[in-house]
Amino acid sequence: MELKVLGQDETTTVEKGCSASSCGSNDDQLSHLPDDIREKVHNHPCYSEDAHHYFARMHVAVAPACNIQCHYCNRKYDCSNESRPGVVSELLTPEQAVKKVKAVAANIPQMTVLGIAGPGDPLANLDRTFDTFRMLSEQTPDIKLCVSTNGLALPEAVEELSKHNIDHVTITINTVDPEIGAKIYPWIFWNNRRIKGVKGAKILIEQQQKGLQMLVDKGILVKVNSVMIPGVNEEHLQEVSKVVKQKGAFLHNVMPLIAEAEHGTFYGVMGQRSPNAKELQDLQDACSGDMNMMRHCRQCRADAVGLLGEDRGDEFTMDKIEAMDIDYNAAMVKRAAIHEGIKQELDAKRAESSEKNIVPLESIADGKEYRPVLMAVATSGGGVINQHFGHAKEFLIYEASMEGVRFISHRKADQYCEGNVSCGDGESILSLTIKTLEGCEAVLCSKIGYEPWDLLEEAGIVPNGDHAMEAIEDAVLAVYQEMIANGKLDEEAAAVAEAGA
Amino acid sequence: MSLEIIESCVNCWACEPLCPNDAIYEASPTLMIDPVKCTECEGDFSDPQCATICPIEGAILDGFGEEINPPGSLTGIPPEKMTEVMAEIQAR
Repeated sequence: MELKVLGQDETTTVEKGCSASSCGSNDDQLSHLPDDIREKVHNHPCYSEDAHHYFARMHVAVAPACNIQCHYCNRKYDCSNESRPGVVSELLTPEQAVKKVKAVAANIPQMTVLGIAGPGDPLANLDRTFDTFRMLSEQTPDIKLCVSTNGLALPEAVEELSKHNIDHVTITINTVDPEIGAKIYPWIFWNNRRIKGVKGAKILIEQQQKGLQMLVDKGILVKVNSVMIPGVNEEHLQEVSKVVKQKGAFLHNVMPLIAEAEHGTFYGVMGQRSPNAKELQDLQDACSGDMNMMRHCRQCRADAVGLLGEDRGDEFTMDKIEAMDIDYNAAMVKRAAIHEGIKQELDAKRAESSEKNIVPLESIADGKEYRPVLMAVATSGGGVINQHFGHAKEFLIYEASMEGVRFISHRKADQYCEGNVSCGDGESILSLTIKTLEGCEAVLCSKIGYEPWDLLEEAGIVPNGDHAMEAIEDAVLAVYQEMIANGKLDEEAAAVAEAGA
Repeated sequence: MSLEIIESCVNCWACEPLCPNDAIYEASPTLMIDPVKCTECEGDFSDPQCATICPIEGAILDGFGEEINPPGSLTGIPPEKMTEVMAEIQAR
């Protein structure tokens, strides 16, 4: 019996002679994409779990105004201790934004992508957004540009967007049904009036769909973001996934609702709950039959700087940037060399992992079917298990099954600052971390202390430090094999059969 | 008569380009409306534009000093619910 690492299409690799940097990607969301799109996104940290350990992105907060209200957003919010969309500390003019981009690009040469994502809607701030893009296309041609929008003003902006070397647009589409829309969007500003309820939602949905179609017709890549809101749109999002795929979106990113009372949002105050990790995964799996799903979104702030999941914004505040003297032409030369080095390293790693991607399971070839198992992995990047359990700020979740190994999602170990449960005398950080690993049966890390070891075992999660510095997929497969060989998955099958009898 | 922006404004600038009279200007700590220029959009629009796009309840007052967008009118959160939840958070 052989198991293969999912998402690695050897046929394509062989036919193409493995020449493209896109070969052997481990990301299930990228492996299904046509080669031309993969070529465009292979070094985009937001689109590839693999690339995000090597390439960095930044957002510049030049777009404060918004033309709609969403129930998960509070326009008053500005908290530097938080990391979630729509939150931002320092608003920039287009000129300041360009200065900041150059400073970051020169100091973090891995930065390949600049996005405008808020804190309002970029297309409700057309002058600021397009002034920024115009200057950047001229002055920093080695940086990819992208923009995200709620879609209301999108149709009118497509022509201008297509002039600025923007090859990715993200549209947040939470519904295609105005009745559901009215439960998410209390109002929109449209033709000089505030339009509430179903009527407003209907206009918004029409504009989103029209804009999506126009972008696709122009050959601009479109990713669709959806916020999963239990009891409001969770079932409906499968329909959304179908519709946007049919229209030509290349990727669908279903993200969990973030709602806490202290955020002062409608959903937070009214007690709307967020989905748990399993609900999110189930929905992503249900949508994946129809659509390429994105699974490693970190839901960044509108002014995030650095690698995904990290924020180095504090190093690049305007007062610090003003003091920097940046020679961008010199920086571009240095950047090109570093990008080439990363590309070679990634290519080598991808080639190596595609060679190893067939894992023989002969020792357990007993013809039985075993259920899938979720495992958590602590890694600081590079595709290997190389992080101490206690140092992990997030865990990557993989599923091992009879079909192979696939990346499912990431889960944060340190929760959003909630001011209540995590700070104070409630549960310890450790027990919270263990709670976030719910559903996983093993955690793979380079090392782990005694206390977490015992607590993990109590929680039914097997700690495993035996695979330090090994490639993640190989290690996950090995642990799955051990579980099968030790009869761990048999016992459960027997227990289930007994319980049912 | 003229509208007025008060300190709860978050400076999102959504209103500024909509004003038919260029009455809105940058000031500290928040944007302000020039009372001489403001016409409450009479003759231009059926609704005063700044108050129609403003996302912050209570941030714009009418000529009588009344909130054009009172609590709950934009977010849909009933004011008593907001008070109750904020009191709960304070008590933690």
